[in-house]
Amino acid sequence: MEAMTIRSILQAIVHPRTVTEDLGPPPQVAADVPRLAGSLQLRHVDAGSCNGCELEITSTFGPVYDAERFGARLVASPRHADALLVTGPVTKNMVGPLVKTFEAMPEPRMVIALGDCARDCGVFRGGYGVEGPVGDVLPVDLQVPGCPPNPEAIVRALRGLTGR
Amino acid sequence: MNGIGGVIAAVLVAGAQIAAVAVGGPLLVGVMRKVRCHIEGRVGPPIHQPLRDLRKLFSKQCMRPDQASWVFGVGPVVLVATAVLIAAISPLATTHPPLGQTADFFAIVFVLLLGSVALALAALDTGTPFGGMGSSRAMTIGALAEPALLVAILAMSIPAHTSNLPALVRIGLAHPQLIASPERFLALGSFLVVILAESGRLPVDNPSTHLELTMIHEAMVLEYAGPDLGLVILGESMRLALLLGLLVNLLAPWGIADRAGAAALVIGLGALVGKVVVAGIVIATFEVFTAKLRLFRLPELLAGAFVLAVVGAFTALVVR
Amino acid sequence: MSNLSLVITAIAGLSAAIAGCALPAKTRVHAAVAFTWGACIAALVGSLTVLHTGHAMVLNSSRILPLTGVTMVLDPLGAVFVVVTAVVAIASTLYWLGYASHGLSTRTASAALPIFVTSMLLVPAAGSVATFLWLWELMALSSLLLVLVDQRRREETRSAAQWYAVMTHVGASAILFALVMLSAHAGNQTFAAIRIHAVHLPAAVRNTAFLLALVGFGSKAGAVPLHVWLPKAHPEAPSPASALMSGAMVNLGIYGIVLVGDRLLGGGPAWWWLTVTAVGVVSALFGALHAATSTDLKRLLAYSTADNMGLVLIGVGASGLFATTGHPAIAAIAMVSALLLTVNHAAFKGSLFLSAGSVQVATGSRDLDGMGGLLRRMPITGAVFLVGGLAIAALPPLNGFVGEWLLFQSLLHGLPTSSTAVAIAVPVGVAALALTGGLTAAAFVKAIGVGFLGRPRSEGAATAHEVPRTMQLGAALLAGACVVLGVVPMIVLPALERATAAAVPGAPAHSLRSSVELRLAGLQGVLAPALLAAGLALAFIAVIAIRRLAQRRSHLRLALRRAEPWGCGRELQTARMQYTATSFAEPLQQVFDDVLRPDRDLNVSHLAESRYYTEKIAYRTSIGDVVEHNVYRPMIGAVNAWGQWARGLQNGSVHRYLAYGLVVLVVILAVIV
Repeated sequence: MEAMTIRSILQAIVHPRTVTEDLGPPPQVAADVPRLAGSLQLRHVDAGSCNGCELEITSTFGPVYDAERFGARLVASPRHADALLVTGPVTKNMVGPLVKTFEAMPEPRMVIALGDCARDCGVFRGGYGVEGPVGDVLPVDLQVPGCPPNPEAIVRALRGLTGR
Repeated sequence: MNGIGGVIAAVLVAGAQIAAVAVGGPLLVGVMRKVRCHIEGRVGPPIHQPLRDLRKLFSKQCMRPDQASWVFGVGPVVLVATAVLIAAISPLATTHPPLGQTADFFAIVFVLLLGSVALALAALDTGTPFGGMGSSRAMTIGALAEPALLVAILAMSIPAHTSNLPALVRIGLAHPQLIASPERFLALGSFLVVILAESGRLPVDNPSTHLELTMIHEAMVLEYAGPDLGLVILGESMRLALLLGLLVNLLAPWGIADRAGAAALVIGLGALVGKVVVAGIVIATFEVFTAKLRLFRLPELLAGAFVLAVVGAFTALVVR
Repeated sequence: MSNLSLVITAIAGLSAAIAGCALPAKTRVHAAVAFTWGACIAALVGSLTVLHTGHAMVLNSSRILPLTGVTMVLDPLGAVFVVVTAVVAIASTLYWLGYASHGLSTRTASAALPIFVTSMLLVPAAGSVATFLWLWELMALSSLLLVLVDQRRREETRSAAQWYAVMTHVGASAILFALVMLSAHAGNQTFAAIRIHAVHLPAAVRNTAFLLALVGFGSKAGAVPLHVWLPKAHPEAPSPASALMSGAMVNLGIYGIVLVGDRLLGGGPAWWWLTVTAVGVVSALFGALHAATSTDLKRLLAYSTADNMGLVLIGVGASGLFATTGHPAIAAIAMVSALLLTVNHAAFKGSLFLSAGSVQVATGSRDLDGMGGLLRRMPITGAVFLVGGLAIAALPPLNGFVGEWLLFQSLLHGLPTSSTAVAIAVPVGVAALALTGGLTAAAFVKAIGVGFLGRPRSEGAATAHEVPRTMQLGAALLAGACVVLGVVPMIVLPALERATAAAVPGAPAHSLRSSVELRLAGLQGVLAPALLAAGLALAFIAVIAIRRLAQRRSHLRLALRRAEPWGCGRELQTARMQYTATSFAEPLQQVFDDVLRPDRDLNVSHLAESRYYTEKIAYRTSIGDVVEHNVYRPMIGAVNAWGQWARGLQNGSVHRYLAYGLVVLVVILAVIV
């Protein structure tokens, strides 16, 4: 990494290099779009994942794929969130906290199950610590398949919700 | 200003300033986010994204803690109400705002403090440790920032012989040498540090952090949902826009409407928007290259602002 | 005719005391309260007449007190203090009606409280040295009896009363020296004669008298470093007495300083007033800091009293300073702001102490760390405390804000000056004003937030319920005064201007013009408290209306949902996980660690089997008073040591006593010869 000299700072201000990829027109809209109208706040909960999906989420909100430009944003508190983004199979210890997080969200609220583990436990099916897929614990509104799903798929799913 | 015509004009001016601040505040936050994103190398959300967020929030369900009292719901309303009042009576777009003779700088500071106190009390009403933590840190920073703020006001008021804010702006407009003076720059430098502290910007507080233990302002609003949250976010962005508007009008008042008339008012509003946007861009650029200070380094920062203000006050005394 | 009011006050007060002493338990409190109200109303009528007409009321009698006679002179300055005392007393005695069943219905207490009130009503009306000192001593003794009411139940009460007794008498002896010195030089003990003679006094006498008066009256007002009794005695006294002590008695310390400095000595050199301002700055900062870090509700209020009196002293000092540098108009504004701060303080501190007393009765404790959720269980008391707390934090539209604005304006406009003393004092004063304002806001957000909001942190708080009506009403009366004084301060300002004319020599008759707005005469400074209040109310209503509108426009009509607070998904969330008062103040405590010097005690006990395993860790921290630890305790230790040494002189041997007598006789003979 180069040192932060005055010159490099000025260059970063005057000539910023945008690395974001252009991801094309918005996909077909889902049913809930009108009331979200381009603004989607997400609260992420790791219910027992291997963190592969988390890395993809980090990449999704990073400079290359930049999901924020379509109106999605990660927030800290479920009270601020519209959708709960759950990764991983739900382990026995995480059932309670996951349900509490969902109940702490104001209506209208949604659950997005991200990754194969969230859909059907993936490679962890039958594990001794696993309670079941997210669908067994919470009502799931959207599933994003993949192990892990790549950032373009995640962005496409989010754009389906924001409509942009 | 006499009679019904005067009253209507005053109401229109107030309405224009309030609308400018209420709509401009979230837009300013959007601009600052956009600048940050650009320097970070990404496209980022559009400038009007905060307005979209607000519109969605007002249609969401309102939630309150089961053991909270009425203070929890009243807090955000007081926050926005104080910002609305100050937006109406401050010299933002015109040097003759309605009720301008009562727009004393000291009074404005304390009305804004009322908003902060209301939010801090509401945070303690949540019954969670985060609320107490945010409230405690916010009140500590507020207590340490107040000496810098009041002495900076003193330093600016001494050459003008008044602490009335529209008068300060008018005198600045009429006598540019009062603005290009060391005491004004020192006082405004101190005022800028206080603005960063009070609105929760870097290096005092990171507005986009997710780590609860590093939060100051965000920790106070973790419990709010729906319209309450919308009011809090609106109030905070209005305060930022207001404070920056006052700062730029004390630093560079040119463009502000000096006489009555719709054209002058429109030019004044445009000048205000332009100057505040420039200030916002400068602050956002500064924020990209700054890390958040440790909580216990903040007294040093605020003490430094206090020293700047005191030097400004003594300069004002000596120079005259 | 108006002279009668003072006589009626005295007689009514005496009757109240006799009623409290003589009547049986069921009726004594009511009778004493009724007579005390009579005394207060008579005093109010008399002092309002004095304030309205501007003429002093004079009363002379050589028969009541032997040797010295009684002289009473009530001028507008004293009248302001009498009005304040009367209003606080009416509210406190109303509160007493409901509080009496909690230990304040004994004969001693029922006699002492009326005597306390009457003596405080009459002290500002004293016109001669003897009258003043008699009444002052009566006030001290009756308040001491009140502090001791609870002494059987609590050990701390006795210690607090000891400190109070010693310090109030040290102060009284300083006042005695000062006044007696002045009357000796004047040859006459009436204040009028002393005033006339004051110009002929040598400078040494004037300076000594002023300094002694500053020490004596400053101690009563709670000026640091003579404040040590305040945080001990005020919490231990029963709540009506605490409210009277904080809301009325400390004001008399300020009255005394203005009396000696301005009315008796007619002003003095700049260094007098610089000293007063410096004492004010230190008191304000020290008091505010301790209030911000205190976890005992009443101790917090007591330190806050020292803080507010510090601000008043800054105003008095600034006034004197501006008078010596030749700006009588601004000196008058500064004095008006000091008096307004005093009046405001009586209103909000009275209501705060009374509602704190209600909280103590309802929860059984004064510890903020164990309170919470009281606003839902005690709505009126909580609302009163909220109003009082917002007022003392100087937030618009309440009264504290107007007082601080006026003080700030007087400091600002006094600045164009060639005197270096003023040039340094004013920015320091403004910085002190700001920092104490911020610390006070933090202290009262803590007190209100931790005490009344959130969830109850202990059993006592969870089972609290609202106190009797009279207690609610007494506290609400003073809170109402806060609101009224905040929105229309002009009802008291003309009276305060009259009082200033009596106190500050050369002051113009009208330094403030007030109708709907407060306007500084001849200067650019305007405040419209009523318009601010109206604007805030309008904005509040508008925001609520717009929010309802925005909610209605959405096609989803979702009802408000009450749920348990979000705790990061934690399974177990208890009320003890909330921030306590100690945690709230911890950042401030860390920042000001050098000034506060908290005691920290950490005990780690290990398992018997192995030193590597800890069994228990006990951590205790407490913030004591630095002045008490570093100044008073060594002094007390030295006095004790000297006393122990002196005991050696009395060893019981008759031979030694005879030898003492012989030696002293020889010495005296040698001296005479």
